[in-house]
This record gives sequence, structure tokens and C-alpha cells, in this order.
Amino acid sequence: MKTILPLLKRIAYSLMLLLAVIVLNFVLVHLAPGDAVTAMVGDMGGATPELIAELRVEYGLDQNLPTQLFKYIAKMVRGDLGISFTHNLPVIDLILEHLPATILLVMTAFFMAILIGTVLGIIAAQRPNSLFNHLITVISLSGYAAPVFWTGLMLLISFSYYFPIFPSFGMETVGFRGTFLEKTFDVLKHLVLPAVTLASIYVAVYSRLARASMLDVLGSDYIRTARSKGLSEKVVVYKHALKNALLPVVTMAGLQFAQLIAGAVVVETVFSWPGIGQLAFNSILRRDQPLLLGILFLSTIMVVVTNLITDFTYRILDPRIK
Amino acid sequence: MRQEPLLQVKGLCVEFATRKGNVQVLNHLDLHLDPGEALGIVGESGCGKSMMALSIMRLIPAPPGNISAGQILLNNSDLLQLNEKQMQDVRGNEISMIFQEPMTSLNPVFSIGMQVSENIRRHQSATRAVAREKTIQMLKAVGIPVPELRIKQYPHELSGGMRQRVMIAMALSCQPSVLIADEPTTALDVTIQAQIFDLLKQIQQDMNTSIILITHDMSVIAEFADRVAVMYAGSKVEEGLVRDIIDNPHHPYTQGLIRCVPFLKKDPGTEREELNEIPGVVPDMRLIGSECSFAPRCRYVMDHCHEKKPPEVQIGKKHHAFCWYLEEGK
Ligand SMILES: Nc1ncnc2c1ncn2[C@@H]1O[C@H](COP(=O)(O)OP(=O)(O)OP(=O)(O)O)[C@@H](O)[C@H]1O
Ligand SMILES: [Mg+2]
Repeated sequence: MKTILPLLKRIAYSLMLLLAVIVLNFVLVHLAPGDAVTAMVGDMGGATPELIAELRVEYGLDQNLPTQLFKYIAKMVRGDLGISFTHNLPVIDLILEHLPATILLVMTAFFMAILIGTVLGIIAAQRPNSLFNHLITVISLSGYAAPVFWTGLMLLISFSYYFPIFPSFGMETVGFRGTFLEKTFDVLKHLVLPAVTLASIYVAVYSRLARASMLDVLGSDYIRTARSKGLSEKVVVYKHALKNALLPVVTMAGLQFAQLIAGAVVVETVFSWPGIGQLAFNSILRRDQPLLLGILFLSTIMVVVTNLITDFTYRILDPRIK
Repeated sequence: MRQEPLLQVKGLCVEFATRKGNVQVLNHLDLHLDPGEALGIVGESGCGKSMMALSIMRLIPAPPGNISAGQILLNNSDLLQLNEKQMQDVRGNEISMIFQEPMTSLNPVFSIGMQVSENIRRHQSATRAVAREKTIQMLKAVGIPVPELRIKQYPHELSGGMRQRVMIAMALSCQPSVLIADEPTTALDVTIQAQIFDLLKQIQQDMNTSIILITHDMSVIAEFADRVAVMYAGSKVEEGLVRDIIDNPHHPYTQGLIRCVPFLKKDPGTEREELNEIPGVVPDMRLIGSECSFAPRCRYVMDHCHEKKPPEVQIGKKHHAFCWYLEEGK
């Protein structure tokens, strides 16, 4: 009960946040000049004013903004995200088709970055002045400083062209037939380069953070107490220090998740990864407002859910939060 | 017949590397602790009391610190010769320590039950259940009410005084022969201070544990200790039975220290004297060389105080001091 109540409160806040984001997204998207009809007419190479007006009526774009917003929210509550102008398919179907690929990519990169970053940071903290420490700093900062698309292209050139270890695009080999296990392996092979690219930005963040936090914790009084009990250095570092040092890492992970989704858009484009990133990119170009709004809505849900999870993880790690 | 000391510190030197060169934090320190005895260590802030304690535990942060010379003999075997693994078997088992800062000395993310029983399970082959029983027993012994419930609590749910009791329970859980208490009450309020000292006193008698009590408060020493060593700038300046030191301090620094505490004077009230202080400040440890480190503040200072280390002057049976002035006056 003690843990349920704050959780419910958090969920209520999250729902309110979600509503605010929906309204904000809607307004922002409609502030951008041009709409789906403008884009369509541009593709057609021009049209009569009558046809344009007709199209606007058909897509409901002739009504004023508050009415549109109200209708949109009313439909959304019923789980209807509208019809994509460009694909002529329900937005929800399009998103559900592309979402698994994005979740796979983002989650892999997320855990890869946290795991590799934290491990490197902890090793570096135990030998603050070693060559290994400086090496980690240089490599992880390069990953951080380089633009994502550049890192992606370099990895593509290196490991797909010069050393053709990994496939260069997509999520599956076209026309691939095999058992479930073989298919899984095929997907994993496609996943390596995009995930490494996306993770590379964040490895530096987590390794620096874990290192600083570990150094701080290792100098604290309770670590001296742990040593004074005769505990081995392993137990002192990996039990007493680590649990404390992870707290800032978890906080950071929650904060950074939104940026990770943003990074996924670029990575998916570089590697032709069939996720919602590509879908979002195209929907912006084509002024496909229902689709774009649907994608933004779903990304918001993902971020809110991750924040709830990190919040909960934090509660488990730190008994002081009640 | 003279008893063998339980613990002996011989010629202990500790250095810290700093950006401006090496600092000699302890300077050829000699101490000994007899079985069942309570030895007090007094001295101003920064004189090296905590460093002395951490040296015995071999917990000096290295680098930058290191023990550059000396011996620390526990039952005549030198702790400085042990490897790290052997030393870990000594810590928390034969020698335990409680620290100055009860608020931060317990790990915030583990329950106190786990933190106490961890010490027991580290040194004794006890099952989880046995260790738990023993933990409850120890918490009860240090005066923590309803220990069965307390073991599930986390440090932030306990007051400072309670936390220090938990530290004491942890330190004593394997019946160590030596307990080092480094200013265990500095961070606590006065009534709690008295309770903690009563507890330590009782433990010393019940468990026959020898205690090294570090403090900068002479009145605590008067209450608690059998013998006292007075430290100044990394060296011992005087040592003796508590009564001898308080009634008959010889070293100019000890005299100043005693005069700082009004109610310790033999006949309080007969003379109304301003509260005294020792003029000057503790010297920069980097500058300490081959002179008496107290010389710059000493009212009896003579020429060779600045030239050579002061000699040991025997005053009584167990009472000696290090001072040129006393040497001259013999
Ligand atoms: N990391 C360090 N680098 C350099 N000098 C240090 C370091 N740690 C401690 N010292 C020095 O060691 C000396 C002794 O410190 P110590 O903590 O033993 O003093 P103390 O007598 O316990 O004082 P207090 O009563 O304030 O606890 C101090 O003068 C301090 O400046
Ligand atoms: Mg101290």
C-alpha cells in the first residue's frame, strides 16, 4: 500500500502530462505553414481553387483549429488516431506496424549504453590515473562528440563495406527463409550497427557519470565503515558502493530516454531501419498531420512509461524515497 | 610481574603526499594498550588522532597517505607485515572501530540488520538465522528498543544517537579485543553523549574489551579513561595515568590543555580566573622538522627547543613527558 499510492499519483500526473502534450503537439503542428492539401497539390503540380477547397472539406481541414482539436481529442479517447493522408491507412495500424522495430532498436541501444557506460565508468573509478582510464575517456568522448549520422556512416563503411560482417540496411534479409531461430539471428545481425551507433552517443554520458559517482561514493564514510568490517575489496565496491553509485545513473537514464528516441529517427534513416523514425520523417515532409501527431503521441507515451519505470527502479534502490 | 601489552604502536610514522610536498602527519609515535584498559588520546583538532586510529586499522587512504615507518604489534605480531587478506580477518574481528560521524557512517541503502549481521557472517561461520539472532542480541545489548523491528529499518529512520549505537553493536559483534572509538559523540547532543559513554564503560567491563578513546575533551578523559596520552602535531608529548595528568600535568602543552577545562581544577571557585586558552595555532605539519613542534607556542621556550627533538623525561612510574624545559629542571 505504501508503494501503490505514490505510484497511482504518478500515473495520474502522467495522464495530465499526456493531455498537455497532445494539445501542444496539435497546436505546434498546425502552426507550421501549409497542410496536407498543400503538399498534395504540390505533388500533383497544381490544382484549381475549387478542388483545393473540396479536398480541405474532405479531410476536415476547413474547420477552425479549436473545433479540429476538440474532434481530434474526442476521437483519440476512443482509440482512433485518424487516417493517414499519405498512406490512406489508419494511423494506429501504421504505427503498430513500425513500432516493434523502433522499440527493439531503442531498447537495445538504451541498455547497451547503460551497461557498457556503467561498467567502463566503474573500472575507470578504481584506477583513476591509469592509461585504461584515459583511453576510455578519449573513446567515449569521441563517440559523444561525433554526429550520429557520421558515426553511422563510418560504421557502415567499415563493417559493411570494407569488412562485410554486418548487413548495411533494413531489419531482415529480403526473402529470407528459415527457422524462427535463424530469423532471430538474422534480425540480430541487422541490429548490431544501428544499435551501436545509437548507443555510442550515450556511452560517454554514462561512463563519465558512473565514474564520477563511483569516485564520490568510494570516498564516503560508509565505505570506510564497510572496509573496517574486514570486507573484501570486491564486496566493498560491488555491493556497498555500486548500489549507491547507480542512483544518479538511473536518474540520468530516465531523463535521456526522450533524446534516445530523437536519435533513433536519424539512425533509422541512415540504416533504413523500418521503424517509426522513418515514418515520422516522411510524415513531416508530406505534412501528414494525423500520422505525425500519432507518432508524437506514441513517443510521449514511451517516454512517460520509461520515466515511471526509472522512478520505480529508484524506489527499489533507495529506501530513503518513500 | 609486568603484563604484556595487548597492542603496541612503535615509532609509527605516517606521511601524506600533497601538491606542496610530503606532510608528516604522525612522527615516531609510541603507544601501548594493556588488556582491559581504557586508553584516552587527547589533542587539538588536526593533531593526527584519527590518523593514528586509521593506521592501526590499516585504513589510511593510500595514496596519498602511507605508513612510512614503525610497527603495530597486536599480541606481539606486527599488523604492518600482514597481507591485505590477513588484515581483513583482523578488521571487525580482533580490532574494531567506531567513527566520528554517525550520520554518514552507515550505508543508506542497506537495512541496519543487514549491516550488523554482515560483520558477524564475515568473521564467523554463522547461518543467516544465527547471525540474525546475534544481531538482535547485540542491538539489545547496546540499548536499542525493539530490535526485532529495528533490524528492518534503514539508517535514515534512526536518530544520530541510535545510529551510533548501531555502529557500536556492529563493532562489538565479533567480541574484538580492541575497540577504537574516534570521537564517538562529537556529533551528538550532550545527554546522548553521556549515554554513549555509559554504554562504552559498561561494555568495557562486561566484555573485557580494551578501548582506545579519542577525544579533544579532557573532561571526557577524566570520566572514562584509565590512562591518557596527550598528542600534539603528530607526536606524543605526555602520557600517564589520568589522575597524574590532570592533577600534575608537566608538559607546558598539557598544562594549557588542563587549564582550558575549568571544572577539572583541584579547587574550583577559590580562584576566579578567566577561561584560558593556549596562544597560537597548530603548526603547518610540513614545516615540522627536528625541533620541538610546540616551541613556537611554548611559554618556557629555550634556544635548543628549536634545534633538537625533546628527550623523554620520566616523571612518575607510568608518567612521562617529552620536553627540554623539564629535562633542564630535573
Ligand atoms: N588527504 C590528506 N592530505 C594531506 N593531509 C591530510 C590528509 N588527511 C589528513 N591530513 C592531515 O593529517 C592531520 C591529522 O588529521 P587527523 O584527521 O588525524 O586529525 P584529528 O586529530 O583526528 O583531528 P579532529 O579532532 O579534527 O578529528 C591533519 O593535520 C590533516 O591536515
Ligand atoms: Mg579525527
